[in-house]
Amino acid sequence: MKYSIFIFLMILTIGFASGSAVAAESSHKIPHQHWSFDGVFGTYDRGALQRGFQVYTQVCAACHSMKHLSYRNLSALGYSEAEVKAIAAQNTVTDGPDDEGEMFERPMKPSDKFKNPYENDKQARYANNGALPPDLSLITKARHGGADYIYALLTGYAEAPEGETLGAGQHWNKYMPGNKIAMAAPLSDDMVGYEDGTPATLDQYARDVSHFLTWAAEPEMEVRKRTGIKVFIFLLIFAGIMYATKRKIWAGVKKS
Amino acid sequence: MGSGNREKFDNPVVEWVDSRLPVFTLMQKEYGVFPTPKNFNYFWNFGAIAMVMLVTMIVTGIALAMHYVPHAAMAFDSVERIMRDVNHGWLLRYLHANGASFFFIAVYIHIFRGMYYGSYKNPRELLWILGVVIFLLMMATAFMGYVLPWGQMSFWGATVITNLFSAIPLVGDSIVTLLWGGFSVDNPTLNRFFALHYLLPFVIFAVVFLHVWALHVTGSNNPLGIEPKGKQDTLPFHPYYTIKDTFGLLVFLLLYVGYAFFAPNDLGHPDNYIPADPLVTPAHIVPEWYFLPFYAILRAITFDIAIPFTDIVLISAKLGGVLAMFGSIALLFALPFLDKHPVRSAVFRPWFKIAFLALAVVTFILGVCGGKPAEGLWVPLAQICTLYYYAFFLVIIPFLNKKEPVAKLPPSIHEAVLSKNKQG
Repeated sequence: MKYSIFIFLMILTIGFASGSAVAAESSHKIPHQHWSFDGVFGTYDRGALQRGFQVYTQVCAACHSMKHLSYRNLSALGYSEAEVKAIAAQNTVTDGPDDEGEMFERPMKPSDKFKNPYENDKQARYANNGALPPDLSLITKARHGGADYIYALLTGYAEAPEGETLGAGQHWNKYMPGNKIAMAAPLSDDMVGYEDGTPATLDQYARDVSHFLTWAAEPEMEVRKRTGIKVFIFLLIFAGIMYATKRKIWAGVKKS
Repeated sequence: MGSGNREKFDNPVVEWVDSRLPVFTLMQKEYGVFPTPKNFNYFWNFGAIAMVMLVTMIVTGIALAMHYVPHAAMAFDSVERIMRDVNHGWLLRYLHANGASFFFIAVYIHIFRGMYYGSYKNPRELLWILGVVIFLLMMATAFMGYVLPWGQMSFWGATVITNLFSAIPLVGDSIVTLLWGGFSVDNPTLNRFFALHYLLPFVIFAVVFLHVWALHVTGSNNPLGIEPKGKQDTLPFHPYYTIKDTFGLLVFLLLYVGYAFFAPNDLGHPDNYIPADPLVTPAHIVPEWYFLPFYAILRAITFDIAIPFTDIVLISAKLGGVLAMFGSIALLFALPFLDKHPVRSAVFRPWFKIAFLALAVVTFILGVCGGKPAEGLWVPLAQICTLYYYAFFLVIIPFLNKKEPVAKLPPSIHEAVLSKNKQG
């Protein structure tokens, strides 16, 4: 058995080594936050997801696309079918060509992807001082630190320290790699009106929108973890039975 | 595989088939009664585990290929579609992505075991060489597979690795153009990598067949490194090792599914969730963890090798790095012919044991170096480790051939096991 412990340690160290392979280079270390989706049994908080979606729609969506999400996916946030339809129908999209060969505007449907704020990347850059606002569908998976990083970034705006000069359209952020970010501080207290009595603070907005973006990047997480627990328990019991069987089969060999 | 002495089967259908094509006799001979040393430890599980991982990779990979679109403009989005809209697509992809890592974990432990217990020595040289061929094919397959999602690390990893071939004198640039199918990593590159990524696993499967065939000719080595002398030293493969392999496999799978279900992206790199952009280079281009030791060796050669007192560069730093990296694997091919010491197992070779365990540690440190930016102390550390890696094969092993005392070996596996049990 001492070998299996050795192997286990080896695999652990591999995980550790790869995890620490490249450190983000900002002036501050990203603090760990507590999230309801942490850990093996973690789940999303539907309230936080809906609030986070509200923050995204009212603030982030002005510049950031989420092109991998469809409105129908929002049913996972706890919205009814009618609510999803209503959310989708708030935007319009150019469809067609119709039978006469003409393109036409129609309200969006649940099967449509989230509306992109810009026609194309060029337009997005032009509107944002040359910087391209990244698509947010995968943002928590695409950054070291995931949700912790998004939360830290949104709450990490500060005055540039003395001796640091910011270019035009640049802002100082403690957690952005390189510390210079093109996005102005997007959130501030009382910016979005929550309907469920949750405090309307910058901290709460950042927390909720990070929660929502984690869901957007990993919508399968809850079913994945639930399935994983079943698979793990099955394999554990199976391994136990196989170990007992192995002991039984080998019992005669050791003595001879 | 002839049908020489065949015993009749009671079942008439089995007998009908077996008398025409003796597959049942073959299975019975090679996996039923196959005489296997009785003293294996759990290190001997990893061949079977690697086989299971290969099959897992092929099965999940074929299912993924049904949904994946090998086109530079669509590959990234098609992977996201698999993750979000294909039924259990996330499961297939996470099993496949983490499966690559765990396939390498199994194979690295398998190689470590082979080296520690001298499984590469006479008469198993060809068995070992076929194993190294499998390892090389795995590296090529894994590299091309990592390119397919067409994220930032896919694209830039492909750019860095294919560019290595440009270091070859005279024909280098032509080879790179051929690999790319153009003048940069682009859609033709993705297409050929996809085609080859689908092909190579079946080539691996064929070489695994030869590897297992060679194994069944020589029989397995064992922790003592002495050949079985008769029936008292061996056990039939079934049920003794089928059950032991099954148990070991399940423990391994527990770790594998632990990663695949609960930390599926921990072994990957966040940058690969950013779509490939030829205009934006990531801050640090790092390969997957299983290539890091070789990547560190590649980057350890930071100096040109020139004729002293002239400006004539014989080997540029780039070519030197490429040669050092491929050389590190070439040494594995040569290992059975470098190590002439008559004792196989490190159990009876205390000098070799220290040198080899040091090599394992050095390789691990190289892996850490490979993941760090090539600057500061990481560079000299990687250079020292690379030096040791080469010295192990080219200096230490030849030295041990001559100087390491030949220990007195136990008379047989059976007696060694008995005396060990008495002590314990």
